[in-house]
Amino acid sequence: MNPASFPAQMRRAWAIAKKDIRIYYLKGPVLIFGVFMPLFLFLAFFMGSRQLPLSFLISGLVGMTLFFTATAVSPAIFPWEGSAKTLERLASCPITIEAIVFGDMMASIIFGIAITVITVLIGLGLGLSLLHGITLLFAILIGACCFSAIGMLLAVPPSNVPSNIMMLSSLIKFPLVFISGIFVPLEQMPAWGQMLAVCSPLTYFTDLVRYSFTDSHFFPVMNDIIALMICTFVFTVGTMYLHKRTMPKRM
Amino acid sequence: MRPIIQADNLTKIFGNSTAVDHVSFDVQQGEIFGFLGQNGAGKTTTTRMLTGVIPPDGGTATILGYDIRSNPVMAKQKFGVVPETSTAYADLTAWQNLMLMGELYGIGRPTAVQRSDELLQMVGLSERKDQKVQTYSKGMKQRLILAMALINEPDLLFLDEPTSGLDVQSTHMILSLLRELNEEGATIFLTTHNMEEANQLCHRVGIIRNGRMVAIDAPEKLKATIDREHRIEVSFDHDIPGDSLTSLDGIIRATKTGDKWQIIADNRDSAIRSLVTLSAQNHASIVTLNTRAPTLDEAFIRLTQEEQS
Repeated sequence: MNPASFPAQMRRAWAIAKKDIRIYYLKGPVLIFGVFMPLFLFLAFFMGSRQLPLSFLISGLVGMTLFFTATAVSPAIFPWEGSAKTLERLASCPITIEAIVFGDMMASIIFGIAITVITVLIGLGLGLSLLHGITLLFAILIGACCFSAIGMLLAVPPSNVPSNIMMLSSLIKFPLVFISGIFVPLEQMPAWGQMLAVCSPLTYFTDLVRYSFTDSHFFPVMNDIIALMICTFVFTVGTMYLHKRTMPKRM
Repeated sequence: MRPIIQADNLTKIFGNSTAVDHVSFDVQQGEIFGFLGQNGAGKTTTTRMLTGVIPPDGGTATILGYDIRSNPVMAKQKFGVVPETSTAYADLTAWQNLMLMGELYGIGRPTAVQRSDELLQMVGLSERKDQKVQTYSKGMKQRLILAMALINEPDLLFLDEPTSGLDVQSTHMILSLLRELNEEGATIFLTTHNMEEANQLCHRVGIIRNGRMVAIDAPEKLKATIDREHRIEVSFDHDIPGDSLTSLDGIIRATKTGDKWQIIADNRDSAIRSLVTLSAQNHASIVTLNTRAPTLDEAFIRLTQEEQS
């Protein structure tokens, strides 16, 4: 098989994903962060916003869980590998930068989906009924792809200091959570808030989750799906293009 | 022989500084090519361009017939790299590192398993293959990195300072392995600032200084190019006056250190003949007579200094 062909590169991307899961994701602190971070945020708002129904908050929790887990580790992988001096080895192997990025994305997609499934099960355990299971499944899949691409996009600045990237990552991630209709329903937001919400892919994902659990939604379901798909495509292509440009600067 | 590496006017600029300045050379099949230079001369940058890790700002590099910029995957598939600073994944075992490399080179699992077993045995790590690399010594890590670079049975091996900072045993093992690999047909591109290593291993060496190639030749020929003054060390069984030595044919200077004379001559043959005649005339016997050839170290220093001046 031609090593530069698409199937050959996909196999190598899968090797990168397995390596990432083994080295970076299957660590106690990472798993604990993935579960507890959204849970504590949820509890804080649950206690402070007793007038909001549980179904609304659980939908937000699912949205936060997928967003935080899919973007938890991926921004730091390149800086870690750069500082641990393993990136140069990868760069000298017969794998394209696009395949390395895609491998990193696959690992964060799998991690994001796995933790989010736990959150969905918690919601079902608390008595919520799943009205649109296929929609939720599709939303989680496409949302995981979109958020992992965002995670990789956050790693584009060619810094090999993980803490710098994590700080930048937090600066972008937290405001997104607050403008995406997770804690405040979109219909209750002021006009400027709704304009900001339109810019966040998390808004569309949360709207889809809410639809799956409560049958209510702010945007038409198809619009949510199309918006998420466009964001996924743009962020994936963008992150691959930008990493190709910045990778040599990490060496 | 066909060139395995063809570098043509390779150039790399970082900000205002030209790290590699129009470097051109060929490496032939089956050769061990030493790439020498002081720290910061541009060795690692050149190697990184040749291995497709960083793109050149000018010039081209053809590796095993593939342009490294337009066809990097095909070129990388056929060579192995031991980078200067890179290491194996510390959180993985040696075995997991080798399996990962096998997958990245598209090698089937059964072949990768067999090859990894052989390589671990070759580098003496079989017994510790299931331990995490973070528990390894520097020498063990370097041997593992060499094994990782050999997983695809490469036709060409790039090594950037492979023995730097290693203990004698690991250094000896790595150099022996390189000789064996070369005897089996592998071409080796060895970046080093260890002249002795280059002198022992390399068929040809290239010397880079301030990003420019200043010489490319066989080590012995490079030494010969600076062999304009010959050093002779001689001792007699009793004293010979210094004046009579310096007045001899072919001798430029004579200095006594201990019981020996250190002689600088412009013609080694006539200087030795004159010394033999002088000893006979003074009824003295020659106790020792050694001629000393310049080392690659001296050739390197001379060549880089000449370029500087």
